[in-house]
Amino acid sequence: MRGHAGYWAFLVHRISGVLLVLFLPGHFAALGSALEGEAAFDSFLAWTERPLVKLAEWGIVLLLSAHLAGGLRVLALEFLPWRDWQKTLAALAAGVSLAVSLAFALALTR
Amino acid sequence: MTKLQVRVWRGGADGSFQPFEVPRQASQSVLDAVTYIQRVLDPTLAYRFACRVGMCGSCAMTVNGVARWTCRTHVDKVARDGRLEIAPLRSLPVVRDLVTDMREFFDKWSRAKGVFRGARSRRDAFARVAPRSAQRLSVEAGIECIGCAVCYASCDVVAQNPAYLGPAALNRAWTLLNDVRDVTQAERLRAVAGDAGCHACHSQMGCTERCPKGIAPTASIAGLKRAAAKALLAGAL
Repeated sequence: MRGHAGYWAFLVHRISGVLLVLFLPGHFAALGSALEGEAAFDSFLAWTERPLVKLAEWGIVLLLSAHLAGGLRVLALEFLPWRDWQKTLAALAAGVSLAVSLAFALALTR
Repeated sequence: MTKLQVRVWRGGADGSFQPFEVPRQASQSVLDAVTYIQRVLDPTLAYRFACRVGMCGSCAMTVNGVARWTCRTHVDKVARDGRLEIAPLRSLPVVRDLVTDMREFFDKWSRAKGVFRGARSRRDAFARVAPRSAQRLSVEAGIECIGCAVCYASCDVVAQNPAYLGPAALNRAWTLLNDVRDVTQAERLRAVAGDAGCHACHSQMGCTERCPKGIAPTASIAGLKRAAAKALLAGAL
């Protein structure tokens, strides 16, 4: 039943969506710490410089780009005239999100 | 002669697989293997088929985990190391062995208003439909459905939401929605725009991947989603 491009595309979109929803409260809490004074926010910023946190940041960029590219794919599938190369579209979305995450990884190492 | 190891589902929902050995033949279809078992090895095996040439839509089964029309599925294409596992279609109640109860599947066609209703009588002239019009081409893309339920059994949404009308019924509704002679379009759109209708589809495309006739029910369902959205904006839904 499963194990085809459309199913994998669905799975990536759903999983990245759920993980991003879990990430968002943390993101807002971090930004909110700026309200408690400069020191609290600066100590948070210092924490984000750790290599493991940088790696997690790269993961978030990958999730974001995968969810964005996958979402555009679904919009194209449902709102544009049907095309028989939907798998190519899914591959394209995967390629774009991978390229974006690699570009970010490159930016991190510079 | 090489033998094919075939495990066949026996009994109802709480049944189990029974192993058989079937002689391997050139150009053998999965239905040939099942028929051999029933004719030679165990006449009590229950299964369904009629035309053997991919027209009637009655022989669909789960072959090595994937829903397929067995009459036009070559053993060569699906056997793994000379092994076949044949089960009834998913998401349909099992009557016995490989036979499923397809009532719910076809009831959903009715619920999706899958019946043509025209306004002309036999005394009127023929309706004129331009063969290359966009609507006629949409009908063309989905009309060859044989009702085999392979798409229905391949759909995860059907498996998780028993009320969901499913790809075949929605594809039927889409072909009728594009039939310019039909006079019950508003009713049909209401029938397919509910919670169990087109908007429940997650566009996983299992139906489109598996349809043996090469139809893309996902395309039809996307068309219904657009039509329902337009009708909603126009205040017609």
